[in-house]
Parts: sequence; structure tokens; C-alpha cells
Amino acid sequence: MRTAVDAGADAVYCGFQNATNARNFPGLNFTPDELAQGVEYAHARGAKVLLAVNSFPTAGRFDLWRDAVDMGARFGVDAVIVADIGVAAYVAERHPDLRLHLSVQAAASSPEAIRYYVREFGVKRVVLPRILTIPEIKEVKSEIPCEIETFIFGNHGLMVEGRCSLTNYATGLSTNMDGVCSPAAQVHYDKEPDGSVATRLGDFTIDRFGPDEQAGYPTICKGRYLAPNREDAYYAFEEPVSLNLARLLPQLIEAGVEAFKIEGRQRSRAYVRQVVGAFRTAVDQVLAGEEPELADLVALTEGQKQTQGAAASKKWR
Amino acid sequence: MTGKLTLGPILYHWDAEHKRDFYARIADEAPVDTVYLGEVICSKRTPFFDAHLPEVIDRLESGGKQVVLASLSEVVIRRERKMMKEFCATDSHEIELNNTAGLYDIDGRPHRVGPLMNVYNEATLKWLADKGATHVTLPNEVPGTVAGKMAQAAADLGVGIELQVFGRASLAVSARCYHARAHCRTKDNCLFVCEEDPDGMPLTTVTGQPFLMVNGIQTLSQSYVSLIEEIGVMQDMGITHFRVMPQMADMVAVTQIFAKRIAGDIDGDEGAARFAALDLAAPLSNGFWHGREGHRRFGPQAA
Repeated sequence: MRTAVDAGADAVYCGFQNATNARNFPGLNFTPDELAQGVEYAHARGAKVLLAVNSFPTAGRFDLWRDAVDMGARFGVDAVIVADIGVAAYVAERHPDLRLHLSVQAAASSPEAIRYYVREFGVKRVVLPRILTIPEIKEVKSEIPCEIETFIFGNHGLMVEGRCSLTNYATGLSTNMDGVCSPAAQVHYDKEPDGSVATRLGDFTIDRFGPDEQAGYPTICKGRYLAPNREDAYYAFEEPVSLNLARLLPQLIEAGVEAFKIEGRQRSRAYVRQVVGAFRTAVDQVLAGEEPELADLVALTEGQKQTQGAAASKKWR
Repeated sequence: MTGKLTLGPILYHWDAEHKRDFYARIADEAPVDTVYLGEVICSKRTPFFDAHLPEVIDRLESGGKQVVLASLSEVVIRRERKMMKEFCATDSHEIELNNTAGLYDIDGRPHRVGPLMNVYNEATLKWLADKGATHVTLPNEVPGTVAGKMAQAAADLGVGIELQVFGRASLAVSARCYHARAHCRTKDNCLFVCEEDPDGMPLTTVTGQPFLMVNGIQTLSQSYVSLIEEIGVMQDMGITHFRVMPQMADMVAVTQIFAKRIAGDIDGDEGAARFAALDLAAPLSNGFWHGREGHRRFGPQAA
């Protein structure tokens, strides 16, 4: 968090070390003390802290989510981001002054769905799914009474977030209920005699890589599979590419996007410093009416496969 | 013993004739109380069956079944938004919502909430019930321990609580059509290639394990969920409705086994034995119910 604040982020999302947020991974996230200190650090430097409480509590476990919200309010976080209707209702009722953001996990992909959360819970900002084109973002913006935030750099996925139980089918841990996608404890790299590597999640092989290839992390929706009308294994869902909307930054600002989201919670400090710093500069240039220097941003994913995803066009559907 | 048997919507793209024949047989022979009708997966498919809908509704109602209309699950483009708005104006039948856009449009009028919505806890259930939800089908990944607590909360609220007990588990929906992708097309020029796979298109791992099934924008489990051995426990917990999903199987036989089990005419072992005799096209699973990997199958004593 300190790295992101120092590199110029206006706000940093974070979560507690448990199932209450959608990135419940070992070694990640905050203890209550760390969060309290983080809020102080960020506020002293003019940055905001947004608390992610964006997984789905199951019956009997709601207290854990309630406690996360209460602690966030006590530590003075600037907003909480939620996906579950029950959690949203709790925040609206008990902490009416606490700013509420709607997570992409709520899968609000139409003006009506977004208006529902605004009408019922007073949501102030919605994180849009990564499936909309720029004209669609503009249209949504014109029809909703709240701010919008879009992903600009990080993972690229087309499965509707918050409506996926693929990981649970293979591992017994749920993305919605436990906040995990492809848990590392169930990831295996099986080296075969010829030097090739099969990557596995639980009992299922997700992909196979030749001796000279770099084996990717096995995520079900990025794997290669066989289908009846395909000769070879193919990326049945999507290619393992990362999302980089750097070139579209000026158009996204023009479309009315209030906040840009960089995925940083599973990344190194050096990565966070570099990506946040480069986007900070570019956003400032666009807002000052200057031509932004985008070459550095584009270079961040160079050598890797990258995509402008849905934002640029919908040929991908 | 108590509990109603329901037949979920057909998730696959069966041609209109196939659907009409299917529902005619269900109307005449299947011991189900309620039938959910409607296109849930792809808005492009809806025109094919809309013309036959009134006739099928009549037929099912003449057979003594209650008909509930089910909404689309993905609402993004203008056409889908308009469809949802019109759907929410339905006053002839109960309706089931599968997208939050519907919660906006319904604006407090009575409705059911479908299994593709995220209702995982008592607080969400209570909020929805206070705003007109009369009946909720839980997501199929919830474990039995959670389902039991939800059944209790639903009873207190006077809301029906339903869970899928047979058929492929819906695991994900997407913005992209994977049927079109498999055939090197896009959603916009798909030529309805999904019609070729009335029980889904199988995806197998590179090591030859059957894994998933593709149905347009939806990804399902390869295995058929079956909770025939868990029915007794579910009844004791207070789950009021048991949903069977249409597959390319003898659905009259499937519903007969469940109806007998729900009525207490046969026990779980007998139900399982009758299932084994059906020679189904996919293995059975119940891992989600037991809080484990969804694809696995456990005996009734599993923790």
C-alpha cells in the first residue's frame, strides 16, 4: 500500500486476511493493526483507502463480514467496496455516512442493475465489468446516477465475475464464498519424461507446455482443452493475456470514467511502483490537456501477450 | 414426507419441435409440481420458441403443473434490457429473476429469485423477501450446512427455498459465446451452432479427462449433480422445493425416481440403485452439497 501511495495512486484498495475479500491468498492483505496504520499513512499523504469486503458471506458466517465493515469504519477508511446484497444493506443501515462502492463481483452490467444498487443502498461508484466497449461505457455512464471505475491494467477475463464456481468444481474452494480463484495449494506442475510440463488444478489438467515453453499458472478459464470439432487442444475460453488499456486512456477519460483500477494486490513492490507511477503521469498529462506519453505504459506488458480487451471492440465475442 | 418437485428451464438450445415434444411428455407423464419455462442463457435464441410458448403453457397447465416463467441471466445490450423490462411486466404467471436488472424493474412486486443470483446468507434473503421475493433457489455451489441455515431463515420469512437436485451444475456465465468460439465464429455470427449440442459441448483435458460442458455463454459441469441420497436430509432441514434440470436423458424416469423418494416410497439406496439403472450419459456428483470439490461423489455418510 505504501508503495502505491508513494508512486502516486489516488486511492488504494485493500482487504483483511480472511474470506471477506475476493483475494484471500496467503501472504496478502492486512491485519486490523496494519490497516489502521495504512489508513494513517495514506491519509497523511492525501491518498484514500478503500476496503474490499467483496466476497459473499454464507449463512452463519455473516459476523465476519459485519466485523470487517465495522473495523473499516472505525479506522476511517474512505469507502467500502461490496458485492453481496446483505453486506450492502448492512453498510447502508449501520454506516450511512460510509461511502459505498459496488464491486465487479456484483456483476452489474446494465444501467438497471447499477441503478438497483444506487436506489436501494446509495452506492456512489460502480466498478464496471471488463466486458464493455468504450461506446457502451459512455452509454452506461449517461444512464446512471453514480461514478464509474474501470479496470485498466491487470488480469483479462471474460467470465462474469461473481458468477463463477469453476474453481469450486475442481478444488472445493469457492471464489464467491472463500474469495479464492485457483488456490496455490491445489496447483501442481507435473514434469513429464520428455521435459514437458502439465499444469494441474486439483484433479484436472489445465494445460501442457513443451520443454522450451514457460508453464503458465493454471487458471481454468485460461486453459487449453479438447473439443469434438477441434483437432488440437485450444484456448476454449480465452488466451492467457493481460489487460492493458493504456492507449485508450484519453478516450476512457472522455467517456466519463472517474477512476482507473490497476490490479496490484498480488504483485511485487517494484511492479506496483512502475505501473502506478507510469499511469499517474499519463493521467495527469491527459487532464492537463497534454498528449500523454504512453510508450512506457505499453512497454510494461511488451514481450507478454496483451489485449485492449472488450474496450476497443467486440470482435472477441 | 414433504417437498415439491420442480423442473428447471431447458438451458440448451433445443429446436422448437424438440421442446414441444419434451413438454408434452412432461405434461402427461412427469410427476412434477412446477415447470420453469423460458430462455435463460442467450437472448438470440428466444424468437425460436416464443410463438409456441402459449400452447406449451396450456398443455402443462392442463397436465396439472404450475408454470413459472424464468428470465434471462445476462442482461447487457439494449435488446436484453428491453426484454427484461417487458418480462417484469408479466402478470399472467409467477416469474423467476436471474439478473439484478430484473430486481430494478420489478420494483417490489412479487417474484422468485433464481439460482444464478447470489443468495448465500440470511441477510440477503431477508432483504430480498422484504422487497417482494416469495421463493429463492440457492446457487448450486452452496454446501448442505449453508442450505440448512437458509431453509430455516426462509421458513421464518415465509419464503420457499429450492435447490437443484439433478442435472449439470451451472459453473459460469460469460460475455463471450464459447460455442461460437469453438467454431471460429463470434456471438454475432454464430449461426446457432449451439443447436448441434443438445446436452452441451464437452471440453476434455489434454490428458483425456472429461471436465466441462459448454452451452453458448454458459459453462456447466460434465457430471450430472444428483442428490437422490440426500433428499431425506434436505427434507429434515426444511428445504421446500427440489429442482431437476432437463438433460438429454429419460426425464420422466428421473422425475419419477425423485417423486418416489420425496414421498418416502423408496429410500436413498433404492433411489441410487434406480439411478444407476438409467444408464445416464455422465457420471453423478454431489461434492458441492458436501462442501467439497463439486465434481466428486460422496456416500450419504460423507462429512
